[in-house]
Amino acid sequence: MNAIPDLPGFPDPVPDSQAAFRAILWAQSHPGAIVTPAPALIVPAPLPVAAGALLLTLADADTTLWLAPGFAPARDWLRFHTGAPEAPLSRADFVLAEQLPALETLGTGSDDSPHDGASLILPVAALGEGTRCRLSGPGIDGTGDFAATLPPGFAAFWAANHALFPRGVDVFLCAGSRLAALPRSVTLEVL
Amino acid sequence: MKGYNFAYLDEQTKRMIRRAILKAVAIPGHQVPFGGREMPLPYGWGTGGIQVTAAILGPRDVLKVIDQGADDTTNAVSIRRFFARVAGIATTTRTAEASVIQTRHRIPETRLRADQILVYQVPQPEPLYRLEPSRAAARRLHALAEYGAMHVRLYEDIARLGQVAISYDYPVLVNRRYLTSPSPIPAFDNPKLHRMAALQLFGAGREKRIYAIPPYTEVRSLDFEDHPFRPHRADAACALCGSRESYLDEVLTDDRGGRIFVCSDTDYCAGRAA
Repeated sequence: MNAIPDLPGFPDPVPDSQAAFRAILWAQSHPGAIVTPAPALIVPAPLPVAAGALLLTLADADTTLWLAPGFAPARDWLRFHTGAPEAPLSRADFVLAEQLPALETLGTGSDDSPHDGASLILPVAALGEGTRCRLSGPGIDGTGDFAATLPPGFAAFWAANHALFPRGVDVFLCAGSRLAALPRSVTLEVL
Repeated sequence: MKGYNFAYLDEQTKRMIRRAILKAVAIPGHQVPFGGREMPLPYGWGTGGIQVTAAILGPRDVLKVIDQGADDTTNAVSIRRFFARVAGIATTTRTAEASVIQTRHRIPETRLRADQILVYQVPQPEPLYRLEPSRAAARRLHALAEYGAMHVRLYEDIARLGQVAISYDYPVLVNRRYLTSPSPIPAFDNPKLHRMAALQLFGAGREKRIYAIPPYTEVRSLDFEDHPFRPHRADAACALCGSRESYLDEVLTDDRGGRIFVCSDTDYCAGRAA
């Protein structure tokens, strides 16, 4: 059942996952900042390297994962190296999407436990170019300019997500080995 | 480092704490529960802060640990030695040289930078615990952002004593949403919480809660328009460095009533006196 994948995970898991975590923590506490969590990691196509690095760093048997159909080639690799069981979209802690899912289909936590909201990993073609946005909120000194090839409807998705605060989902945009975070606390204005 | 995983905790525990930290950053001031582990020191000695530090620490980090501002007290020395032994990392007493600073009950006088992380040891993460003994009820109050009881508590102080009589662990509102305990730092330090460039992480070991204040986040000490928040400082100069800006400890010097005031932040004081 559990096929052994061809590709290894982190070459040196303890320091590699720590370095990746600190990069992701920097991204999460500086929304819009672009980081490279694991430049040397090799992941199965078509998974973005940054998405693989994030899941190796944070997912394990205690968390659930939802995988978009297009990422089926990475299923064995993720299952072997993280041990994370899969779950329906609405109950997944980590959602690895191909397209922007509807916000209502994702777990957004409860008023008492908003931290149960999902982490949405969203591959994009590019970070640093594409749709230009202005971000503001915690982690940003005043306002910050940010650009990414955001999927259609993202601004409305984000406005609805931010309106749920403190409930909501946190988004990690991944372009190849590069990653930027949009925690639910930030407001996004398309320029 | 023989016999230990890097930074003492096992990797699954670190992942769990790291997930809690990321959610805490996304919801500034909200207490995220985590599976606190038993650490090789008693509750009340910084088990929460140590677990947060262990989960973020890397081989290139330089760690500073302070206890009430001092680098040379038992708690600070033993935690610094602990990480030097189980993580093999460099330690320092200089605020400017540290990449991670674990603190008990003070914020350094030296302004912190964006590339630094401040980790607080928190005895009681729930700011409402003296007003609402039920943890479940307090969680509801946070869900509803219903903080009237705390305003009444401040009002009663003003009505009876003419001022708010909270000198440490003075409650703050983070990002205009969550009432949050800044840990038992003196109210003097509260203004430093506001829009600090460094990431602030809070770990409560016994209560098993982690919360965070991201960089540049608005942090307001609760007050009233006609009774604005006033940080308190002893009206004296440091006997060692002469500072009139820093937070002071009162030290008894003999048994005939002799006393001096000295900086609580030993690194700041030594840097000025040198």
